[in-house]
Amino acid sequence: MSGAVLQTVGLSIRFGGVEAVRGVDFTLAERELRCLIGPNGAGKSTLFKLLTGQLKPTAGRILFRGHDITGHHTHAIARRGIGIKTQVPSLFDGLTVREHLWLSARRTNPAGRTRAIADEILERIGLTALADGAVGQLSHGLRQWVELGTVLAGNPELILLDEPAAGMTHDEVARTAELVREINRTHALIVVEHDMQFVKMIARTVTVMHQGAVLVEDTMDQIMKNATVRDVYLGKHGGS
Amino acid sequence: MDLAAVLMLEVLNGIATLVLISVGLAIIFGMMRVINLAHGEFLMLGGYAAIVATNHGVNIWVAMLVMAPLVVGVIGVIAERLIIRVLYGRMIDTLLATWGLSLFFVGIVTTIFGNTVAGIGAPLGSVGVGRYNISVYRLVLVGLAAAILAVIFIVLRRTRLGLIARGTMENPNMAAALGVSPPRVYATTFGVGAALTGLAGGLLAPISGVLPTVGAAYVAKAFITVISGGTAILAGTAAASTLFGSVNQLLTYFTTPVIGEAGLLAAAILLLRVLPHGITGKLFRGSL
Amino acid sequence: MIGGRWSPGIVLTTVAMVGIALGVPQVVDQFGLLQLTVFAAMCILALSLGFVWGYGGILCFGQSAFFGLGGYTYAVTAINVGESTLATILAVVVPAVFAALLGYFMFYGRLSDVYLGVITLSVTLIFFNLMNSTAGDAYRVGKARLNGFNGMPSLPTLNVPGDPGRLLDPAETFYLVMAFLVIVYVGLHGLLASHFGRVVVAIRENETRCELLGYDVRLHKLLVFTIGGGIAGLAGCLFANWGAFVSPNVFSLTMTSQIIIWVIVGGLGTLLGPIIGCLIMQYLATTLGTQQLANTNLIFGIIFLAFVLLVPRGIVPSLRRLGARAVGPARVRDLA
Repeated sequence: MSGAVLQTVGLSIRFGGVEAVRGVDFTLAERELRCLIGPNGAGKSTLFKLLTGQLKPTAGRILFRGHDITGHHTHAIARRGIGIKTQVPSLFDGLTVREHLWLSARRTNPAGRTRAIADEILERIGLTALADGAVGQLSHGLRQWVELGTVLAGNPELILLDEPAAGMTHDEVARTAELVREINRTHALIVVEHDMQFVKMIARTVTVMHQGAVLVEDTMDQIMKNATVRDVYLGKHGGS
Repeated sequence: MDLAAVLMLEVLNGIATLVLISVGLAIIFGMMRVINLAHGEFLMLGGYAAIVATNHGVNIWVAMLVMAPLVVGVIGVIAERLIIRVLYGRMIDTLLATWGLSLFFVGIVTTIFGNTVAGIGAPLGSVGVGRYNISVYRLVLVGLAAAILAVIFIVLRRTRLGLIARGTMENPNMAAALGVSPPRVYATTFGVGAALTGLAGGLLAPISGVLPTVGAAYVAKAFITVISGGTAILAGTAAASTLFGSVNQLLTYFTTPVIGEAGLLAAAILLLRVLPHGITGKLFRGSL
Repeated sequence: MIGGRWSPGIVLTTVAMVGIALGVPQVVDQFGLLQLTVFAAMCILALSLGFVWGYGGILCFGQSAFFGLGGYTYAVTAINVGESTLATILAVVVPAVFAALLGYFMFYGRLSDVYLGVITLSVTLIFFNLMNSTAGDAYRVGKARLNGFNGMPSLPTLNVPGDPGRLLDPAETFYLVMAFLVIVYVGLHGLLASHFGRVVVAIRENETRCELLGYDVRLHKLLVFTIGGGIAGLAGCLFANWGAFVSPNVFSLTMTSQIIIWVIVGGLGTLLGPIIGCLIMQYLATTLGTQQLANTNLIFGIIFLAFVLLVPRGIVPSLRRLGARAVGPARVRDLA
C-alpha cells in the first residue's frame, strides 16, 4: 500500500520449535497511532524486536517507506528515521538529561541547532527543571520520559514505544498519554502496551496479537466489545 | 610412511599438550566464569613442584602425578579464598587481580629459585619408528591427556560430586536451597581446576623445562583454546585442541614454530568471527 | 563539557606540563633529564591505554604491541632512510593501520570484552616470539638487521627535519617529547569534547542505547582503537630514540602488564590518572631496579593486587572523591 510508513509482509521468527511470531502482515499509515496489545506470550515484544532489528526474522519482510529493512542492523534502522524506546528504559546513567537529548539530536543537526532542540524537547516533555541532573538518580517514571524525550530529539519519522507507561503512577500514566497524543500530531507511532487504562487513553486503531499471529485489528470500541478478544485475555481461547 | 607416522604423532602431541594445559582452565572458566590470568603460573608452579620433588629423591611419576597437582591445588584453594571469592561477579577485576597474582608468583619463584632453567629428563627413553626416534614419553602424554578427559567426564556425569558441581554452576540458589554450600563448591572446583593445571605443568616439565616466566608461553594458548571451545567443558576443549593443535603442529613442521603460533591465533580469530560463542556454542551443544 | 568549556583541572594540568617542559632542563642534570625524557614517553603510552580502555571501554591487554611496532618501525625506517622525519611518521602510521585491521576483526566480529583482552594479549606475545626469533643475517628489512633477542642498537636518533646531520641534543629531545605529551593530552581531551568523543563515552555507558540512536558502535570503537594504536606507536618511537635501541622486550608480557598497572593505579576513566600512575610506577621501578632486596615482579604483583582489591578506582578518581566530599558534591566528571 503506497503511502504506508511501515509495512510487514508475512513476518515470522522461529526459535527452535516455537514460532514466536507467525506470518504477521501489518501496515501503518502516515501519522497513524497503532496500539499493539495481547496477553502474555502473544509475541508483542518479539514483534517489536523484529521491527527494531534486535532480532532477525526467519521469514517475511519489513518495509519502511517502501525500503526493505529486513535483517538490518539496529543502528541502520535507527538512522532511517525510526525512534525506539525499549521495554526497560535504556539510558546513560552517568549523563544528564540534557546530554541525552544532545546526543540524540546532534547526529543529524549542527551543534548550534542541537542546543536549541534540546531546550525545545525539555519544554515539551516538561523536564527543564531536571535538565542538568544525572539520569541515574531519577525515578522510573521520569526515566521513561527521559527516554521518550531522547527518542523525540532525533526527530524520527516513526516512533516505536515498548510499554511507555510501565511502572508509572496514575498521574504519570495520564501525563504520558497526553504526551503520546501530542507527539502523534506530527509523528506516526506504534505502541506496545499492557496497561489497558493507558491504551484506552490513546488508542485509535488497535492490533490484538495472540500466539504469535494477529488476531484482530479494529478500533478500540470494537475491540472492547469483541468476545474472542475477551476470551483470549481470559485464557479461554486454546489456539487458532 | 614412517614420516607420516611421525608427523601424525607430532600432531597428536600438539593436541594432547593443548588439552593438558587447557582442561583446568576450561573447568574454572566454564563452570565459574572466572578468568584466571595466573593460569600460566599454575602450570609453572606444577612444573617446579615436580622438578623439586624429583630432585629430592621422589620418584618422577609420583612427583608429576601426585605432588604437582597437590601443591598447586592447595595454592588454588588459598587463592580462591583470599582473592577470587572477594571479586565474584566482577569479571574485569578478577582478570586484573589474577594478573597481579601471576606477577606475584613469577616474582616469588624467581626470588626462591633464581632465573635459570631447572630441568628433569623425560622418562622412558625413546623408540624407533622407521628412520626416526620418538620419545616414548610423548606417546604416554597423549594417552594421559585422553585418560584425564575420560576421568573428568566420568566424575561429572557419574558421581555425586560431579552432579553437585554441575547443579551449583547452573543455579547456585537452587543448590543452596537443597543444602549444598555454593562457596564450598566454588572453592573445590577452583582447587580441582588448579590441581589439573598443576598436573599438566608437572607432566610437561620433562619436555620443556621450567623457567619462572614459562607461564607466559602457555596462558595465551590455553585461553584461546578454552574460549574457542565454547561452553561445553570437555567437548569444547577437545574440539578446539584438535583444531588448533593440528594447525599449530602442521604449520610448525612445514615452516617455523613462530608461524605455527601465529597460525593458531589466526585460526582462533577466524573461528570466533564465524562462531562468536565458540565451537560448542553451535555444534555439540548441550554436551558436557 | 558540551560547548567546549575546559575544566580547571585540565587547564591546570596542561600548564603544569608546559611549565615542567620549560623549567626542568634548567635545573636538572643530564642524567635526570634523560630519566624524565623516558618517563614522559611512557606517559604518552599510558595515555594511549587510558584513552582506549578508560574512555573507549576496550579491554586491550596488548597495548605493548603497538608500542613495540612503533619502536621497530622507527628503527627499520631510520636505518634505511638515514633521516628521522619519515621514520617518526611511519612509527605512528604503521601501528595505527595494524590496530585498524585487528580492530576490524574484533569489533565487527562482535567479540565480547573478555575475548578482546585475550586476543590482544596474544598478539603482543606473538610479536614477542616473532621478534625474538629474528636473529641472523637473513632477517633484515632493507639495510636494517632485526637481530632477534639482541635487539637493534645504535639507532639513528631524531634530527632536525631535513637536516640529517643535525641531531637533537638531550634538552631538545626532552622539549620535543614533552611537546608531544602536551599535544596528545590536550588533543585527546579535545577529541573527547567533540561529538565523536561524546558518543564514545556514551557507548561506554550503554552500547545498546547508542545503537538505538543511530550511532555505529563498531566504527566508533574501531576509530578509538586505531587512534590509541597510533599514539602508542609514537611512544614507541620516542622510547627507541631515548636509548637509541629497540629489542623484543617492548612486546613482552612485562611491558604490557606495566601499562595496565599504570592505568589501574592512576585511575581508569581519567587522562591525568594514567600519567600519575605511570610516573609513580616508573619511579618505583627505577629505585627498585637499583636495589637487590626484592624482585620487581613480586613488588609489582603485590601493588597490582593491592590496588585491585583495595583501591579499585585508582589514585586520581579516589582523590577526587575525597576532594568532592570536602568541597561539596559537584559533577566530578572530566575534571582532568
